[in-house]
Amino acid sequence: MTGALRTTAGPMMKSNDVVRFCFGSLAGYPLRTGLMLLAMSIGVAAVVLLTALGEGARRYVTQQFSSMGTHLLIVLPGRSETVGGPPPLLGQTPRDLTVEDAQALTRSSAVRRVAPIMVGSAPVAYGNRTREAVILGSTAQMYAVRDLTMAQGRFIPEGDIRRAEAVCVLGHKLKAELFGADAPLGRFVRIGQRRFRVIGVLTRKGQSLSVDISDVAIIPVASATALFNRSSLFRIMVQAQGREAIPRARQAILQILRERHEGEDDVTVITQDALLATFDRIFKALTLAVGGIAAISLGVAGILIMNVMLIAVSQRTGEIGLLKAVGAPGRQISRLFFSEAAMLSMVGAMLGLLIALAGQWVLVRLFPEFPISAPLWAPIAAVGVALGTGLLFSVLPARRAARMDPVMALSRR
Amino acid sequence: MIRLENIERTFQVGDEQVYALRQINLTVRVGEYLSIMGPSGSGKSTLLNILGLLDRPDKGVYHLDGRDATHLDDRPQAELRRHKIGFIFQFFHLIPRLTATENVELPLTLAGVAPAERKQRVMAALAELGLADRARHRPDQLSGGQRQRVAIARATIMRPALILADEPTGNLDRASGQEVIQTIEALNAQGMTIVMVTHDPELGGRTRRQVRMNDGRIAHDSGADDEK
Repeated sequence: MTGALRTTAGPMMKSNDVVRFCFGSLAGYPLRTGLMLLAMSIGVAAVVLLTALGEGARRYVTQQFSSMGTHLLIVLPGRSETVGGPPPLLGQTPRDLTVEDAQALTRSSAVRRVAPIMVGSAPVAYGNRTREAVILGSTAQMYAVRDLTMAQGRFIPEGDIRRAEAVCVLGHKLKAELFGADAPLGRFVRIGQRRFRVIGVLTRKGQSLSVDISDVAIIPVASATALFNRSSLFRIMVQAQGREAIPRARQAILQILRERHEGEDDVTVITQDALLATFDRIFKALTLAVGGIAAISLGVAGILIMNVMLIAVSQRTGEIGLLKAVGAPGRQISRLFFSEAAMLSMVGAMLGLLIALAGQWVLVRLFPEFPISAPLWAPIAAVGVALGTGLLFSVLPARRAARMDPVMALSRR
Repeated sequence: MIRLENIERTFQVGDEQVYALRQINLTVRVGEYLSIMGPSGSGKSTLLNILGLLDRPDKGVYHLDGRDATHLDDRPQAELRRHKIGFIFQFFHLIPRLTATENVELPLTLAGVAPAERKQRVMAALAELGLADRARHRPDQLSGGQRQRVAIARATIMRPALILADEPTGNLDRASGQEVIQTIEALNAQGMTIVMVTHDPELGGRTRRQVRMNDGRIAHDSGADDEK
C-alpha cells in the first residue's frame, strides 16, 4: 500500500470530552458513585467540623481568660522551679503570702492595682436557708482587677485594709438561692459564725476558669482573716499599668517579695498573657490532632475509592478492551480512570463542605455561646487531602486498566 | 497490506507450552476479502488478534502497510489500531451506557476530533447503515442486527484500510446475519480489506479467498497460488 504510516501521535482527546465520558460512566453506576461520594463527603465534613470544634474550644478558653480582667499578673506562693512535685497552684507553700506582701507591691510604679485574695469555704445562711459557698476575702481593688460588674448595690468599700468590716457581696447564683425573689441589700447573712450585711450583688458573669464567680460571697480580706483564722493568701492579683508594663511589674513583684522574704525567691508570678499563650498552643495542637484523626477517615475514604475503582476496572474490562481496540493507548485509558477519580473526589469534597457548613449552622444554633468556626485552613486542607487521596488511590486501578490485556478483556462478553 | 512471516505464538498452560500458531506465513493484499476458517482451538482467533495488534507473536515478523509492526510500543500500536484497523466482534462490544451515536463517535472522540465534525461524520455513517432513526437509542434498545451495524459504523468511522471481523454473525439470527454480511461486503466493495474469522462454511464460501486453519497451522489457502 502506498500512503506512509502516520507516525506522529494524533491530537489528544479533548478535555471536555474526557469530563463528559467520565461523568457518563459515573452516572452509569449510581450506587457505586453514591457510596464513594458519601465516604468522601463524610471524611471532608469530619475534618472541617472537628477542626471547627477545636478552634471553638480555643476561642472559648481565650474568651474566658480575657474575662478575668486585663493586664493581669497572678502571684502564687511557692516557686515551681524549686518546690518540684505538684505545681504551686495547689497552695503548698514554704512561706505564706500575706496581706502585707500585697500592700508592699503597690510601691512599684509599674503596678496599678493589687488585690489580695484569700479563699475559704463556709456555710452561708439567710433565714433558714443555708448554702455551702466559696468565700473570697479581698479588697475594693478586686472589683477593677477582676473586671467585675454589680447587679445591685456596691462592692466592698475602699478603706483601711486591716479593718474587718462585716459586709459582703454575693454572687448572682448564691443570692438567688438564699433570697429567691427578696431584695437582699441591707439584709444580714450568717457566714460561719459571723453576721455580714449584704451590700451588693454581682452580675451574672458566668465561669471565670478557677472559680465560679456566681457562687461566691466576697468579704473584706481582714474579715476573712478573722473568719478562717489564718493570714495566708491564696494568691495576689496584680494589675499592671498597661500591657507594656507587664514585664516590669513582674520584675518589681519578684524583687519586692524577695526583699520581704529574706532574699528567697519563693513565689511564682504568672502573667495572663503567658497563660493565654500556653492554652492557645495547647488548643491549636488539639485542633490539629483532631483534624489529623479526621484526615485518617479521609484516607479510609481514599482506600474505599481505590477498592471501588478496582471493582470498576474489572467490571468494565469489556469497555477497556474496546477502548484499546479502537485505538486508545494505555496512557489515555489510565487518564480516563484518573479523571473519573478526580471528579469523584472533587464532587465528594464539595458535598462534604456543604455538610460541614450545615453542621456548623446547627451547632451554632444549639450552642450560641460557644464560638464555633472552622479556621480557614481547615476546608482548604480537607479538600486538598480529599483530592490527594482520591488521586493517589486511583493510581493503582488506573494502571491496572491501562495494562489490561485487550485480548483477555475482549474475550469476556 | 499484510505480510506475516513465520509467526509463532505459544501459550503457557500449566507446565505445558501450547502452540496456538506455528509457522504462519500469510500475505493479504489491499482490497482482499478473506475468510479464516477452522475448528475452535485451531488458532484463527489468535491470528486475528495478532493481525489487529491486540496480541504479539512470540516469533516471526508482521508487516502492516509496509512497516514492521511486530515490536511497536503501546502508543504507536494504538495509533495504528486507531487509524488503520477496524474491529467487528461477535458480541458487538458496544458500551451499554452510551447511545448508538456516542458508541460510533467513540473513536473520533478518543482521537480528539472536534465535536461538530464528529457529529456530521457519525450521522452520515449511521444514515448509510440505515440507523438514522436509532441514533439516540442505547444498545439494549436495539436488535442484534442493529447492534452489529452500530458496531460496524464504529469500526469504519475512522476510514480504516483493514477490517477485522471475528464471527460477525455468530450471535445473530439468519436474517440479520445476512444483512450484516452484506454490509461488510459493501465495505469491501468500497476498497476496504476484510479479514473475517468464521466457522460458518456458508459465510466462508462467500469470500473470494479462504484460509483454512488446523492445529495452529494454515492447512489450506485458496489464494496461495495467487501470491507473487
